[in-house]
Parts: sequence; C-alpha cells; structure tokens
Amino acid sequence: MRQTKRRSIHIPGGTSILASLISIGIGLVFGLILLVILNTKAAGGAFVSLVTTGFRSSDKFAKVLYQAAPLIMTGLSVGFAFKTGLFNIGATGQYTVGAAFALIGAIQFQLPWYVCVLLSLIGGAFWGVFPGLFKALFNVNEVITSIMFNWIAMFAVNLTINNLPMMLAKYWGGAQMDRTANLAQANPSALIPRLGLDTLMHSNYMNISIFIAVIFALIAWVILSKTTFGYELKACGYNRNASLYAGINAKRNIVFSMVIAGAFAGVGGGLYFLAGTGQYTLLKQLLAAGFNGIPVALLATSNPIGTIFSAFFVSYIQVGGDAMQPDFVKEIIDIIISVIIYLAAFALLTRELLSRSKMHREEEAESVASADAPAEKEEVSQS
Amino acid sequence: MNDYVIEMLNITKEFPGIRANDDITLRLRRGEIHALLGENGAGKSTLMSVLFGLYQPEKGVIKKDGKIVRIKDPNDANALNIGMVHQHFKLVEVFTVLENIILGVEPQKMGFLEKKEARKRVVELSERYGLKIDPDAVIENISVGMQQRVEILKMLYRDNDILIFDEPTAVLTPQEIDELMHIMRSFAAEGKSILFITHKLNEIMAVADRCTVLRKGKCIGTVDVKDTDKTKLSRMMVGRDVEFVVSKDDARPEDTVLDVQNLTVPSKLHKNNAVKNVSFQVRAGEIVCLAGIEGNGQTEFVYALTGLERPSAGEITLKGEPIVRIAARREKQKASSLPKARTTLMPIRQRSKLGMSHIPEDRQKFGLVLDYTLEENLVLQRYWEPAFQKNGFIKKPAVRQYAEKLIKQYDIRSGQGPVTSARSMSGGNQQKAIVAREIDKNPDLLVAVQPTRGLDVGAIEYIHKQLVAARDNGKAVFLVSLELDEVMNVSDRILVMYEGEIVGEFDPKVTTVEELGLYMAGAKRQSAERTVH
Repeated sequence: MRQTKRRSIHIPGGTSILASLISIGIGLVFGLILLVILNTKAAGGAFVSLVTTGFRSSDKFAKVLYQAAPLIMTGLSVGFAFKTGLFNIGATGQYTVGAAFALIGAIQFQLPWYVCVLLSLIGGAFWGVFPGLFKALFNVNEVITSIMFNWIAMFAVNLTINNLPMMLAKYWGGAQMDRTANLAQANPSALIPRLGLDTLMHSNYMNISIFIAVIFALIAWVILSKTTFGYELKACGYNRNASLYAGINAKRNIVFSMVIAGAFAGVGGGLYFLAGTGQYTLLKQLLAAGFNGIPVALLATSNPIGTIFSAFFVSYIQVGGDAMQPDFVKEIIDIIISVIIYLAAFALLTRELLSRSKMHREEEAESVASADAPAEKEEVSQS
Repeated sequence: MNDYVIEMLNITKEFPGIRANDDITLRLRRGEIHALLGENGAGKSTLMSVLFGLYQPEKGVIKKDGKIVRIKDPNDANALNIGMVHQHFKLVEVFTVLENIILGVEPQKMGFLEKKEARKRVVELSERYGLKIDPDAVIENISVGMQQRVEILKMLYRDNDILIFDEPTAVLTPQEIDELMHIMRSFAAEGKSILFITHKLNEIMAVADRCTVLRKGKCIGTVDVKDTDKTKLSRMMVGRDVEFVVSKDDARPEDTVLDVQNLTVPSKLHKNNAVKNVSFQVRAGEIVCLAGIEGNGQTEFVYALTGLERPSAGEITLKGEPIVRIAARREKQKASSLPKARTTLMPIRQRSKLGMSHIPEDRQKFGLVLDYTLEENLVLQRYWEPAFQKNGFIKKPAVRQYAEKLIKQYDIRSGQGPVTSARSMSGGNQQKAIVAREIDKNPDLLVAVQPTRGLDVGAIEYIHKQLVAARDNGKAVFLVSLELDEVMNVSDRILVMYEGEIVGEFDPKVTTVEELGLYMAGAKRQSAERTVH
C-alpha cells in the first residue's frame, strides 16, 4: 500500500530562495566535475572564468544585463502561463514573431523604437492566441499546439523576411544575404536608447532593455498578486473545477493567459533584436532564447520577481561560459551550461527536500529529548 | 501477556500555528472495538496518521505488544499488521478488485504475476467474513459500499490484526452501515482490534466497547461505552450540551423560488439518463430535501441546477427568470415556418448574482482552491463585488476584514487564521468555510449538498440552525442529503430520488425512516398522481 503524503507545511519565501541557491550550487559543482573530466589542466582556470567573468569588468557585466533582458521576458512568459496551469512551450515562437514584428516595423516602416517594442508585444500576443484558443475551444493540449506554432512561426518569419528585400542586410550595403539589416545603418531611431549607459560601462551591448524587462516583471507581479484578473487566473491554474464552480470564465482566462504570456515573449524578441547588436539570421532552427525561458521560470518557481534574478543568473553563466574559450570548444561549453541550468531548475525538488529534512531534524531532536519522559509516566499509570 | 496491543503514549504532534495532538494517550486492547470520537479538527485523523506512519510525532512513543516501535511510513505500519481504511479510498480505479487487493504484495513467479493463489485466498476471505465481492469487477464500476469492502479485504489479505477505520460510515447507506457493524463485531470476536474514528454517536453506542474522546487536540478521557450515553459523550466531545433535534417552527412557504420542469440530464457513466423527467418546486420559506442513496442522480441533478452540467431537456426557473430552457429538438423543423425555440443556459456567475448559492458535494474538487489561503477562498464567490475590488484591484484589507468576520462568526479553526492555506485545514473546517461563504452571500435559493458531511455534532447543529434560519428569513433551501437523520430533522418536505426519478414526496412529520428507506431502495413508489402538488 502506497500512501502519498499530503504536506501541509507553509513554505516561507526564505526556503524558496535557499532552495534556488542550493540548486545553483549543485549545478556548479557538477559543471566543475565535467570540466575536470574533459580537460583536467584547464579546468580550474575555466571554472574561475565561468564563475567570475560576469563581474570582472563593466563591459562583461553589461553583456550579462543585455542577455538577461530577453531571458526575463521569456521567463515571465513561461512562468505566467504556469500560474494559470498552462505549459507555454511556445515562447520561442512568440519570441520569433515578436522579433519579426519589431524588425519589420523598424526597417520596413522606419518606425521609432518604442513603436517597435509595442509591435513586438502585439506580435507575441498574436502568436499566443492560437494555442490559447485551441485549448479553450477544443481542449487541444497547449503543448502540442505551441510546439507546432513554434515551427510555423520560424518558417513564416523566414519566408516573410526573405520576400521583403528592404529587410535584408544586402539592401543596406551589407555583405550577407542570410540576415536582417544592421539597425544602426537601416534605422538608428529604432535602436533601444542607451542613455549614456554604453559609455559609462564601456559596452556596445548596454541599453535600457534591462529596465524595460524589470518593469514588465513588476507588471506581471501586480497582475498576479493584486488584481481580480490574477486571482481568477491562478484559481483556474490551481483548480479548474473550483474556478468553474465560482463562475469564473475559464475558457476566456486560458486565452488571456496565453495572450499575455505571448506578449511577454514577444517583447523579449523585440528587446533582443532592437539592441542593434544582433541580427536576425534566416536559419532553419528555433531560437534558444524562448526555450531558456523554461528553466528561468522553473528556477524562479514562476515568481515574476524571482524571474529577474534567475534570468540574471542564466545570463551570467552564459557570459562566463563564453570566456572559457578557447580551452573548451563552444559545444562543450554549451553542455556544461546546460547541465548547470538543468540542475539549477531542480529548485522545486530541492525546496521539497529542504522542508522535509528540516522537519526530520526537528523531530529527531525532539524524540531524543523526550525519550525518557513517557516511560516514567507510563509506570505511574500502570501501577 | 500484555493486555494492550497498541499503546500510543503522550503523543504530541504540531503543525505551524496549531498543536494537533497534545499529550494524547490511547490504549487499544486486544479484540476490542475502540471508538475515537471528536469534533472536526480535534486531532483524530492526525493521531491515526501518526499510528499509520504518515506523520512523525514530536513527542511520545508508540508501543506494540508492550515494545516500543518506530513507525516511519505506512510500510512499517503494515509490517506491524496495522491496516487502515481511509475516509477517501485509496484504490486504483481502473484495476479490478483482485488487482487492487494484491497491489503492493503481488504474488509472483519469476517476475510473472501469479493471480490464481491470490484469487483463491481473496474468495476464501470474502466468504469467511461475508464480504461479498466480485474479484474481477473494475473498481470504477462498483458502488462505494463495495469499494469499502475491497479496502477491508486489502487489510485482511495482509493479515492485519489492528484495523483502523476512518469515518467508514460517512458514505454508506443505512443498510450498508448495519452490515459493516456486523462485520466489525465479527472481527473483534476473532481477536482483531479495531480503532473506529467517527462522530456518529449512534454507531459508537451500537458497536464500540470503549471510546476515547478528543477535543481541540487534547485527550478528554476514555470511557466504557456501556457506562455512558449519547448525551454524556457529546458533552465530552463538544464541551457543552448539544441539541440533537433541530427546533423549528412550521414552515410558512410563500412564493415559488425554484421551479423545475421535466428536467432530464444525461449520464456520463452510462447511456441512460441520470436524471429523468424531474419536476418540482421549492418555495420561499421552506426546506425541501432530496433524499436518496448515493448515485441515484442527485449529483447530476445538482450539476444541472447549478450550471456545472448541461441538461438534455427541461426547464428551470429561478425567481421567475429562466435559467435553463432546453429547446425541444425537432427532427424536421424548418427554420422559417416555426418560431425558433431558443435554448437558454444561464452562466454560473449570473445564477449566482440572481441569488443562487451552492454548497457543493465535493468540497475539494469544487468548493475550494486548496492552494489559496482561507481568506482567498472565503471571497471565491464575491471577489468581483465592489466591496472587495476597485478597478480590478483586490482590496486586501477588505478581504481580510471580511474573512476575520466569517472565521469568528462560523468558528472556522485553522493554524494561522485568514492566511492559512486551505489545504492544511481539517476537512470539517474546510466545510465550515464553504458553508460560511455560501450562507453569508444571503441567497434566495440555497442549494446545500451534503452540507454536514464529515462534520461533528456541534458543527452539524450549527449548520442545521443556519439552514432553518435562512428558511425563516424567507429563503428557499434545497437540501440534498444521504443522511436520513438530517433528512428527517431539517426538512419541511422530502422528495425521494431513485434511479433518476422522484419516486415519492413525504411530510417528515408523518413518514418514518423505514418508509423512506423502502422508497430509496426502489422497493416502493408513489403513483404519479400522488406526487403532484
């Protein structure tokens, strides 16, 4: 006979944060072990650069922030849907469509940056509608729909950009056929403002995108924890039957949740490509940034504020990983980063273990302390 | 030879904010039926979970046959021959009876399942104790009473001789309860020891040898049942005198609030209709009770009434407004020739706004969002009202204040007050929270399905008073209950449902439990003319 334990322990935020930190620690240890196995001589130095590069210089730190911004957005996307009981594996598709909307606005229509960010939001939201509608109306699992829509997004965007000659780098005098124009040439007003941060931190990567992402995280937090809308969304996620019973329109909320999740991911795409440092490349490959939102959300246990920090961590490790070249090849570095992120995403499991061991310790201490007491009492009652 | 087969000495178990068991000592003799009595949240289930290894106590020891044992998980409990029938059964729905019984102790030969031997033993056991079962029936197709027999056989199959029954009669019909009592007595006669958790005093008086009473986590005492009576036991349990009979004046029914006409609801389990052509009215100022044995269409009827399910035919009118009207399907209807019959299905939120409240049968599935706090659950039906939100932002202080008011008024006990997670509350207090929420909405029609399921006499008394008070305030109360005591005590009119039909209407002052039982079991039915009022 198997019994499932229903834990009725209230887990305070402290345990959550501690669990995330422990998970990160375990991930790093495994990363180190892998490094030692793969290249013992260079392992020590590589590990030091993995762990310290992000803070070593202001330009590296700028890069951490630059990469963190889109990760926050895709992390928010996945986490927001999680709270509603949906698994948005389509963040990458929404990210791609958001990026495409932003770039088309920027290059084809020569719009300013803030309009382009808004367009990326609309693009991502638009791509979130489909899995939401399919789930709400036909009860098609959102995972299946959003995986298919990832591919549809990627090919549709590639097709569109290929057929808009003005979009491509070549039109603006670039050499490559396979990527979009350099924004600095095509439309400098579409670049996300830097407000002097780039000179301050000596980095081309630095702009205000990190602040925009943080604002979105705050918005997500307010929606989820302060509004009736968030109350309804979470009720649907925690207990669909009870939300039905309470007269909450679950179908509408599923669609809204996916639309908002899509909007977040879309903005992520916009922020990344409007920085001007990356150009959208026409490859038959899904963008990793969307998928990276999943561990970011898990590591943050879907908490929007936590997402800021977990995205920062993932970005930090990626920047550190780049610094391990040339001792380690790019693929090996990717493996090590993946292992670290993978283990770090075990935060939930660690949290469970942590609260369990805490209970266990307390109970051990108690039972030792009280071992004699009942025996005495018993003699009294027997006599 | 030690007299006591199990001794739980000075057990203390704490949860954040609450001491569920405070220095409790319970001794179980060989071959006795020992009742464990207490209010909701008194700590009965916690104490049994400690014995069964689901929780570890902070203090205290457990002795088996005089020797100290540590029970770290249910496997340890099993090894000590302790078995438990849980209130909510732990069966694999898609497995057969036999598969469920042997689950975990499968007899095998070189990795292949050997069912033959097991079947022989199961059949033997079931015959010996009169536990009639079909070993090849699939669990999801058999009745709740039958499922309970499977749980009991599971314990017997494992040679358990200390048997814990956690509120075993809550889901049974009166006839099944009698049978269970008989079976329990035969176990005791064989030298097995039984711990019997219940709040039903009648059952304790009928079957138990001794009774330990818990109140608010403390042990009040252990008494010999033959030296006590119901009044004394209830005083021990609640700490005051309890009225068993609800005192109420005659109903003064007024206008019709709920009008159901020819309602038919399809079944999800089989091809037949679960509710067949049911018609009746409930008027303001009366309590109408739908009685019947579980699974005769009451659940489906309530779902259709409250909007959780779509009926296939019929009409429901609430306060003169149609909330359900299914257009009759005409095979060769020409859209132009006839006025289009429209189907109305009012959404749940609108029904609620119109004045319908619903205490659902399954409190964990529908009634509560278990991962929400108590205060969040208390506004589940009202969070959208201007009192609790402004421009879409929840007014947390207003919610807190409201929750505190309800907690006080309805005596909802929990570890941390309004911010307690609903999941961590005891079943009875979860139920109280739902009842508080639904009654406080001040509805015109209160649909109460098993509102006192799993509650102690003190809480039952309180809820019954609330139902009567709602009635006296001119509200219509529609009660669905499986408990005949409740049916007889509270209602002003009784409708009996059998296989989806209303087979009789009774006046509780005239009819008897026995008569109702016959109608509930389908042995008798009133002719159609007599049911029309």
